[in-house]
Amino acid sequence: MNKLGQIFIKESFLVPVVAIILGLLTGAIAMLAGGFDPLLAYQSLLNKVFGNLYNFGETIRQITPLIFTGLSVAFAFRTGLFNIGAEGQFIMGMIASVFVGITVDLPFYLHAPLCLLAGALAGGLWGAIAGYLKAFRGVHEVITTIMLNWTALYFSNYILNAFLVPKGEQRSEDIKESAYISVQWLSEMFDNARLHWGTLLALVAAVVFYILLWKTKTGFELRAVGFNPHASEYAGMNVNKNVINAMLIGGVFAGLGGACEVLGVFHYQAILSAMPGYGFDGIAVALIGGNTAVGVVLGAILFGVLTYGASGMNFGAGVPVELIRVVIASVIFFVAAHGIVKYILKPVISKKKEVL
Amino acid sequence: MDFLQIISNLIHDTIVFSTALIFAALGGLYSERSGVVNIALEGMMIAGAFTGAVVTFFAQDMGVLAPWIGFAAAILAGALFSLPHATASITFKADQVVSGVALNFLAAGLTVYLTKIIFDGAGQTTTLSTVFSKWNLLGLGDIPYLGHALFEAYPTSYIAFLLVAITWYVLYKTPFGLRLRSVGEHPRAADTAGINVKRVRYTAVLISGALAAMGGATIALTTTSNFSHNTVSGQGFIALAALIFGKWHPLGALAAALFFGIAQALKGLVQVYELTAYIPIEFIYMLPYILTILVLAGVVGRSKSPAALGKPYETGSR
Repeated sequence: MNKLGQIFIKESFLVPVVAIILGLLTGAIAMLAGGFDPLLAYQSLLNKVFGNLYNFGETIRQITPLIFTGLSVAFAFRTGLFNIGAEGQFIMGMIASVFVGITVDLPFYLHAPLCLLAGALAGGLWGAIAGYLKAFRGVHEVITTIMLNWTALYFSNYILNAFLVPKGEQRSEDIKESAYISVQWLSEMFDNARLHWGTLLALVAAVVFYILLWKTKTGFELRAVGFNPHASEYAGMNVNKNVINAMLIGGVFAGLGGACEVLGVFHYQAILSAMPGYGFDGIAVALIGGNTAVGVVLGAILFGVLTYGASGMNFGAGVPVELIRVVIASVIFFVAAHGIVKYILKPVISKKKEVL
Repeated sequence: MDFLQIISNLIHDTIVFSTALIFAALGGLYSERSGVVNIALEGMMIAGAFTGAVVTFFAQDMGVLAPWIGFAAAILAGALFSLPHATASITFKADQVVSGVALNFLAAGLTVYLTKIIFDGAGQTTTLSTVFSKWNLLGLGDIPYLGHALFEAYPTSYIAFLLVAITWYVLYKTPFGLRLRSVGEHPRAADTAGINVKRVRYTAVLISGALAAMGGATIALTTTSNFSHNTVSGQGFIALAALIFGKWHPLGALAAALFFGIAQALKGLVQVYELTAYIPIEFIYMLPYILTILVLAGVVGRSKSPAALGKPYETGSR
């Protein structure tokens, strides 16, 4: 019991929780200022998500890519890198899997895996570019990944326009059915919510994330380099190689996320006029989750519920869906500035210490 | 249309498209030269575009004065909006990149949220009837070709060019500029010399927000005549690229902004003259970003950032 109590006053637990509460409060203040009823809004949000099977299934669909991009950002974080590029890696994963999904003819047990592989590779390579530039050219990964995000956006549009989109259309044709990873029976169980194997794959990815990072030599090296690159180098580790590896693996996670979205949900890709946003949400997910596998899954659930439920909030309380971006932004902000949270928590933490 | 006219149009459009980038890149310059990373330029531009458009809308009865009132309001809003970034990264020593990401998010969400509240659920402001009109500077605009290229521009363009000169002067010729640069290079030394590191950084970030907001307002009050979710659409990130491309120097930033402006003007040109058969339009879109990466990688000349960039300053640290 004492141990359980300790978990709840641990900073790594308290800071995200308080940040979430502060984020929801900020949203509530914004709603009050706009003349809305925040209680009704949050209630409608939850109603939307848990109200019926279809919406519940769609929420799971919404959570899935967030797990992938969250893992992507978290993995890089563990090695001391800041991957803002999950967005671009996600897009590259989408376009590669769409490309293979349309142009290749194979039986389903080969086609779908090949599409996933293509997505993972494309995302991984996109991440590795930033890793390479960091390792051998000393370029800060934050800037390169931002630039690579935009490059990916237009590059994928180029591929779509040049090869996959029929003239005059705004989206590619559908991928071949052999590349689908939708789950028919599960979808039917959830009133045709677009459920797919990607969700399972995301959970497997989380497990792989944990094992890779904590149970293998590679993972030990990656974490060591993230912790102290100089000491790691002195200990005989190849820092450059690890930096590239970290970005590559992070990219693989994001690329898989993009591939699953295409293969499982849409079955086509539209010409993008803006970023899909999952990569940026992934930053929030990783931060909230403390860069751990379990944390990322929990964080993804939180943000999936918020983003999917936002339309319910609009329906039930008239609150524009954009409000949820304000909540998410505030949560990221308070996690980043955990100094503020600690400042607020100061009396609480010191009191608890006295009790123990 | 003859060749000279095409060139004249290209220069004219380049100036139009560069203006917002110049403002925002200068904004980034103040912040980053003081040691505070500012990837929130995008968000600050959005805040400026929103405020500029909305205030101008409500001031429409004032006629030609309206956009100026909107512009002034945007400056204030930008400074105000940058305050959380300053507080988080200077006082609370937060990760400046994460704080910037949060601010970009906040701006995108909050402005559309407010727009929907103000304009009865519409995702964009109504088209503004009173925006900036082009100036014919001293009648020089009547000169054939050259006039249209250089002297028929929005007032904001002239302000932007003026601000480049002012920024250069402030940075390299005034005590404040010296302090700003020293705080960004070696805050401990600056502190020892009696400079208030935090105050200088706060000032720099607030100036940064004000300038970036001027950039955003420029877009809303010249080219788009309204505010919607895609008014700014990534220009803050191009401005950041221009800042790096320009090696954190006002004149370099100006040159880079003009260069990226050409890339944007070319888009129009390529479409008008149906050159898309030869160059896919997407490659022109990609150009600024790829160039930035090449610059950073040292292929097109190395760029060195301020030494203390991104590092929160701890009093008494080494």
